[in-house]
Amino acid sequence: MNFRDYLTKIFLSENRSSLHDGATAAWPICLGYIPIGLALGVLAQQTGLPWWAVAMMSILVFAGSAQFICVAMLAVGASFPAIIFTTLVVNLRHTLMSSALAVYLPGVNRRFLSLFAYGITDESFAVNMTRFRNEVWDRWRALTLNHIANLVWILATITGALVGQLVPQGAFGIDYALTGMFICLLVLQLNGRIYIITGLLAALISVYWYVLIPGDSYIVGASICAATLGYFLQRYHRRIK
Amino acid sequence: MTFSDYLFLFGGMGLVTYLPRALPLLYLAHKQLPQWLIDWLSLIPVAVLSALLAPSLFTDAVERSFSLGKLEFIVAIPTLLFALKTRSLGGTVLVGMILYWLAGMIL
Repeated sequence: MNFRDYLTKIFLSENRSSLHDGATAAWPICLGYIPIGLALGVLAQQTGLPWWAVAMMSILVFAGSAQFICVAMLAVGASFPAIIFTTLVVNLRHTLMSSALAVYLPGVNRRFLSLFAYGITDESFAVNMTRFRNEVWDRWRALTLNHIANLVWILATITGALVGQLVPQGAFGIDYALTGMFICLLVLQLNGRIYIITGLLAALISVYWYVLIPGDSYIVGASICAATLGYFLQRYHRRIK
Repeated sequence: MTFSDYLFLFGGMGLVTYLPRALPLLYLAHKQLPQWLIDWLSLIPVAVLSALLAPSLFTDAVERSFSLGKLEFIVAIPTLLFALKTRSLGGTVLVGMILYWLAGMIL
């Protein structure tokens, strides 16, 4: 498939356009990305990164938390290998999300998957999984969502680097945008008792893990533990039935 | 730092960001997944969301200790009820933001 076919697919698939659906689904993500992107831009600029370096970072490394850590490490003069290694550790959680998305993309060609993988973030993963599960959703809509979120992120971080000092801190509760989004996405995932139990287990384990173990391993650690416990509970329940 | 310093650093970071996202997808999308793996993976989203959310509601990020009754948690209760009732993503985001904003001004 060439580039024009891709565009045709994105703009004109089925009755409603993928662009429309993807953008509609993406806006809560964008609302959350704008303040965080601005904040990152401001921070980077204060650390001494020029705006074009912020742009380069957001294009090559579309990963909010890793970018914040990078800026913080540059500020204290960390070495490049240390920064790159930390980035790897922080982003390992996406292997789990990428695996879960594979269930909805069986046999899709590798070029599409390579392009799609670039935009897998915590937020796009959560929204796409919920959409795939609950309604008419296809890979073109999912891809559009990824790229719109990415574009907004890049623009927000550059804007932050250029004019970010002028934005008041915490205006309009915008710091809560992503929390609100995660709350609703969690609700949309609760399709039965086993999901509620798994969610509660993950909450409990992640909170303890977060307090007891330094670093970011709590996300992957708690997710794997809770999903595995949930899986065995479900199997046990089926067997005694 | 020069242009090529930044390119080297961000290129390296980009690579270790991209590979964990791409490799499982490229490998697993062309495999017939066993049922147990599909069942297990179907529990991953709810687990990941909960693990991303819970520490921000119940712990202090600076001291990394338990913290009950945080503003984030108090606001999360009506936000959760709104989400349960409406199942609207955009609406929930806006309600959460407004409540958090108002609560921050009052408390």
